[in-house]
Amino acid sequence: MSAHWPHDKTDAGLAERLAAAFWDAALSEHAGETTLTIARTALIAVATALHDDFAYQQLIDVAGVDFPDRPERFEVVYQFLSLTANRRIRVKLSTDDVQPVASLTGLWPCANWWEREVYDLYGVLFEGHPDLRRILTDYGFSGHPFRKDFPLTGHVELRYSEEHKRVVYEPVKLAQDFRSFDFLSPWEGTDYVLPGDEKAAPVPTAAPAPPPADNAKKAAS
Amino acid sequence: MIDDQVELRAALAETPGADPEQIQNYMINFGPQHPAAHGVLRLVMELDGEIIERCDPHVGLLHRGTEKLCEYKTYLQALPYMDRLDYVSPMCMEHSYVLAIEKLSGIEVPLRAQYIRVMFAEITRVLNHIMNVCSHANDVGAMTPLLWLFEEREHLMGFYERVSGARMHAAYFRPGGVHQDLPAGLLEDILAWCDKYEGPLMDTQRLVAGNRIFKQRNVDIGTISKADAVAWGFSGPCLRACDVAWDLRRSQPYEVYDRMEFDVIVGKHGDSYDRFMCRMEEMRQSVRIIRQCAQQMPAGRIATLDRKIAPPTRTEMKQSMEALIHHFKLYTEGFHVPAGEAYVATESPKGEFGVYLVSDGTNKPYRCHFRATGFSHLQAMDFLCKGHMLADAPAILGSLDIVFGEVDR
Repeated sequence: MSAHWPHDKTDAGLAERLAAAFWDAALSEHAGETTLTIARTALIAVATALHDDFAYQQLIDVAGVDFPDRPERFEVVYQFLSLTANRRIRVKLSTDDVQPVASLTGLWPCANWWEREVYDLYGVLFEGHPDLRRILTDYGFSGHPFRKDFPLTGHVELRYSEEHKRVVYEPVKLAQDFRSFDFLSPWEGTDYVLPGDEKAAPVPTAAPAPPPADNAKKAAS
Repeated sequence: MIDDQVELRAALAETPGADPEQIQNYMINFGPQHPAAHGVLRLVMELDGEIIERCDPHVGLLHRGTEKLCEYKTYLQALPYMDRLDYVSPMCMEHSYVLAIEKLSGIEVPLRAQYIRVMFAEITRVLNHIMNVCSHANDVGAMTPLLWLFEEREHLMGFYERVSGARMHAAYFRPGGVHQDLPAGLLEDILAWCDKYEGPLMDTQRLVAGNRIFKQRNVDIGTISKADAVAWGFSGPCLRACDVAWDLRRSQPYEVYDRMEFDVIVGKHGDSYDRFMCRMEEMRQSVRIIRQCAQQMPAGRIATLDRKIAPPTRTEMKQSMEALIHHFKLYTEGFHVPAGEAYVATESPKGEFGVYLVSDGTNKPYRCHFRATGFSHLQAMDFLCKGHMLADAPAILGSLDIVFGEVDR
């Protein structure tokens, strides 16, 4: 039985042609999907080539991903779709919160809102974007909520104040502490300390080494 | 219109101190609480008389941070959030999500579960199209379709309830299969409904499609060319109405769609009327698929036997220690998805709904991004509305099939 998830067509030789055209990019294949990891500066050239030479007519999606441990913490992920050849490709590049990524609005008008979304949620800057405003968050919102270091509960909450006759913003007050349960199984090789374990005296890992033989003899004599 | 402007200028010129050149475009605010805004959409429009010069949709008023919430939940706990994305077609949202998990983990799904999923995906499509077609007709002044077809929608929600226990937020598609088997007698009832549905559908079509007012409000309104629709990232009925025969069910078939016989419906002009008619006809194709699924429905399991993914049955859990452990582990820790990333898109009723899932090998998604169909469609509002009259904006909006649960996520 063939797999039941959607499959695009993989035409023979496509990988070679992609590798030849984008020789300085890393081409990888995972779960039947092609990913092209490119340098940030090459985006416009790669996107133009994908559109003109490889018949990827549609820019389907732009997503941001945050990896706080990396030197360039953000990944911007583009999904392209070819309607004529019936195949998809993913293009990835990395950036941080100061180095701008070139905007694709000149090539695909629909990049406009997707890039605004990545800017709003992650703070990635897009160079040449005509209208880089926030899109999903509130008017006057500060911070970029999808970064891994932004708390899930946010910083402010709002309510209608009967006293002021308007909506007021206040710092978040939780009636109950935010609980994050860790269900990762200790049986499957995790190396963290379980709560309470730190109180136990450190158990010596091995039996103490016996004193050297000549010392033992001296003590006996 | 032009005469009015001339008169107005003349009248202003007579009033002392008024400069006729001072007449400027003005901005109006459409929504966010407006019945024709289909939820919470705020449109800031710049009008020249009644002509829309510019239209800036402000979205995000229903933003709940679903993608962020998913990062804090196990894969199974995040599943019910899908129902709350496009709340008019809940099961189709689940579909992309479970397929993404299954693709990353390489899980096989029994054939019966695949048939059930396809059947309910198509029921969902009818559910969604009824909602859209009726509210679109309502926006341009026809109230009767809403009253007629919502009765059918009620039957379909009844099927939802019988199979999952919930009328809307079903959480029925699960990684590895579906949650529970079809109750006795459901298939017969669905088949009986399929036979009856053509009647009300045809009545509605006869009432609306040939109606002079409906045509005046929709034909040649919000026209978009083939090339523009592709460039703006259109998909689903909005793209097919521009004469692009692109349907993910046909071009990249998933589950058992390759065994189904159905037609890909295309329009000719890419206007509001064609988008409406595409949906009307797609409902008939969906009924065809539902009927084929119900007739061919094989016997067998409804979820994978891999106990590391799908939970054991309740009776098994009460009798077997191992089943109990599996049950406990699945509902506390959940399952681990191998590290990697996948983008899975299915043909939701509105168009391509994709899930981009990044897994780091733990029991929670590292990143879960949704490619919302309506997001692409709505940003073309400015392009579609430019030069149209103010009253055309609700007709265009209605024909794009926007639901804010999905757009704002």
